[in-house]
Amino acid sequence: MLTYTVRRIFSLIPVLIGMTLVVFAIIHAIPGNPAQVILGQRATKESVAELTKQLGLNQPWYIQYFDYIKALLHGDLGISLRTRVPINEEIWPYLTATIELTLVAIIIAVIIGVNAGIISAWFSKSWFDYAAMVFALIGVSMPIFWLGLMGQWVFSIELGWLPTTGRENVRDPVTAVTNIYLLDTLLQGRFDQFTVVLKHLILPSAALATIPMAIIARMTRATMLEVMKSDYIRTARAKGLRMFWVVYKHSLKNAIIPVLTVIGLQTGLLLGGAILTETIFGWPGIGRYLYDAIGYRDYPVIQSGILIIAAIFVFINLVVDLLYVFIDPRIKYTK
Amino acid sequence: MKKRTLNMLLIALLAISMFLVGCSSETSNEAGEKKKPQEGGAPAKDTLVYGRGGDSVSLDPITTTEGETFKVTINIFETLLNYGEQDTTIHPGLAEKWEVSDDGLTYTFHLRQGVKFHDGTDFNADAVIYNFNRWMNGDAEKFPYYTMFGGFKKDEGHVIKDIKALDDHTVQFILKRPQAPFLKNLAMSMFGIASPAALEKYGDDFRSHPVGTGPFKFVEWKPNDRIVIEKNPDYWDKNLPKLNKIIFRVIPENTARLNALANGEIDVMDGLNNSDEATVLANDKLQIIERPSMNIGYIGLTTTRKPLDNKLVRQAINHAIDKKTIIDAFYGGKALPAKNPMPPSIEGYNDAIEDYPFDLEKAKALLKEAGYEKGFEIDLWAMPVARPYMPEAQKVAEVIQESLSKINIKANIKSVDWATYLEKANKGEFDMFMLGWTGDNGDPDNFIYTLLDKDSIGSNNYAQYSNDELHKILIEAQTVADQEKRNELYKKAQEIVHEDAPWVPLVHSTPLLAASKDVANYLPHPTGSECLSKVEFK
Repeated sequence: MLTYTVRRIFSLIPVLIGMTLVVFAIIHAIPGNPAQVILGQRATKESVAELTKQLGLNQPWYIQYFDYIKALLHGDLGISLRTRVPINEEIWPYLTATIELTLVAIIIAVIIGVNAGIISAWFSKSWFDYAAMVFALIGVSMPIFWLGLMGQWVFSIELGWLPTTGRENVRDPVTAVTNIYLLDTLLQGRFDQFTVVLKHLILPSAALATIPMAIIARMTRATMLEVMKSDYIRTARAKGLRMFWVVYKHSLKNAIIPVLTVIGLQTGLLLGGAILTETIFGWPGIGRYLYDAIGYRDYPVIQSGILIIAAIFVFINLVVDLLYVFIDPRIKYTK
Repeated sequence: MKKRTLNMLLIALLAISMFLVGCSSETSNEAGEKKKPQEGGAPAKDTLVYGRGGDSVSLDPITTTEGETFKVTINIFETLLNYGEQDTTIHPGLAEKWEVSDDGLTYTFHLRQGVKFHDGTDFNADAVIYNFNRWMNGDAEKFPYYTMFGGFKKDEGHVIKDIKALDDHTVQFILKRPQAPFLKNLAMSMFGIASPAALEKYGDDFRSHPVGTGPFKFVEWKPNDRIVIEKNPDYWDKNLPKLNKIIFRVIPENTARLNALANGEIDVMDGLNNSDEATVLANDKLQIIERPSMNIGYIGLTTTRKPLDNKLVRQAINHAIDKKTIIDAFYGGKALPAKNPMPPSIEGYNDAIEDYPFDLEKAKALLKEAGYEKGFEIDLWAMPVARPYMPEAQKVAEVIQESLSKINIKANIKSVDWATYLEKANKGEFDMFMLGWTGDNGDPDNFIYTLLDKDSIGSNNYAQYSNDELHKILIEAQTVADQEKRNELYKKAQEIVHEDAPWVPLVHSTPLLAASKDVANYLPHPTGSECLSKVEFK
């Protein structure tokens, strides 16, 4: 198991290096000169040329690439072309803001998605099953943009229950330590702020959760239906076990493996794919950071940002793979 | 049995959700509290939350050209001279009085006394000189706006020959040659005077530790989230600022920002969609604030590309575009049709020029004269981003496409991301394209020379328009000190531009802001950034 884990971690290195190369190639292939964008409409020809040189963008691509990799191996993610701040410093608050949002969203998606899937399979072909699956279909196909704005309108403006945007009440800001505000407010014993932060999380995380929730629900239902047809379930029922335990213990354990894979993949996707949610809810997360960087052709930020998201993505999948062992004793990683 | 269990489960679910709803409506009073107007005994509201679409790039204003930066820094830094509250006339700033020599080469400024930077150091003549030396020894990459003074110390075009301190509170600028908009340039918020001690202390980090003399001092910047500034208790004008704190929040999406305003999370927002004006007016807790217009939205006709290299074709296109319909449909009527490359609020505007009337027959006749009776096919590039002068480029492009089809011109609408857009426009790779400009200092030079002189090809003259006669006039106008004479020159320049028609000047729009009803004395400035020292809550 340990050897397997170590081996898996080492095998990530070529994956990540390959990633840097692909990202590097793509962003240098898109037209648009960062120097021009940084200087904006007020740029002169000379100033653009000068800045291009200063940023080292007049070098051949492979030199730029090796410089980047060299710095990366020293733990240096580079300096943002736009803000001139080292990315190591800059990226952390964005990343943690997104992680907080993603975690809450995925928790919502898992709790509701898995349960809806289970109940749908348990009472398959009941009205609940149909309703849940129709909702799941809507969830997958609903544009987040529309959903987010409607959510703001209904829950904030009409009902006045929740705030529309942001992470906190800016008039009474949270003192950031870890920058995961739920944690920070708890550590500081500010339960009033904790509630406020939680309320700020509800709308964006619910909007973000819709798609994974729907996917998880459909996946759970499908695998549960499969498992519940198997012999050992019939045996369990015949023994006189209560249906609830049969479903939630015996069936779920076998059905959850593929669902877990999906959860892992979805978590990774949310980390990088929260741009729309972050834009609508004014969430200062990494999706918008990267989106802005792409608009500015801020090469180092794009490269390093994608690299970090990819690394987390790969890591989450590793964790999921390791989790299988605990859930299903038949799975063993030998060698 | 099966059905009963399902129903039990659902009842449990319902109970839980009722409980949750109960929780949230209980706590909602808290959220609702801040929406309520202040009641009798409560302390007056003194924190303004300002919602905007983008974050600042730097808080050292001279290091960037990004407009979002100046909205904040104009409250932290002060300039030698100020603009009028809602126009670009010149008023005292850090300089109380000034004299200009008859030859227009020597400017003497008498500085306000007893002014201190936020770090406690004194503002004086040396501080002014320190700042100018810092800028003029830089380059266009470090201090892009400094090119307003004709370049940098090493450049021939640089107009400032010398800056001297006559005494602690008098500073003298000696120019190499007259620069007509010199005073207007000094009032641009990018030339805010920074604390020399803080510049030494922070070096490059000054961009996130701004120290000026302004009514507000910097507190905190959380990138892409908020910037906080608070009252400078030692401000030289004891009556200002009225507010205790301003929080600039970033909410990128215009509609979401309006939702936040309606919910009381922010007090004022810029970048209101024209189409949302009615929503704001219908809400009795909100008000509309109009920013005086100092911009131009236009369709560039790249003069180096066939068939737009033919003046008659360009004139024909000018005749074929119905500005009124566009303004009514996409600007909510809040825009003036443009006939010149600069807005009427600017001195030297030529109102005698008669716009090309919307006349399809005339357009067809001109095309026939040019030899394009059968028409032609052309690309029309629509901006991918919304700007105050062009809030809905794609839709405007469709209207223009429709009009052009009536004179047998088949326009293919195209677009590309903003970075590429600017680069391609810059290189003259577009046929017809949409763009615009918001004035920096209210001087005609900042429109006509910047946008249409042959010197500006490769920077802002995207239409690649070149006319030697115009160039001669514009260069002369830069150095003439007599304003009347200058105005005459600019009027002549506008005639030439009108005749050559390198653009279809489209609109001068009125950008809209929205605010909560209790916000008072918010005076938006035409340059797009305003000092908020007088803003208060009623």
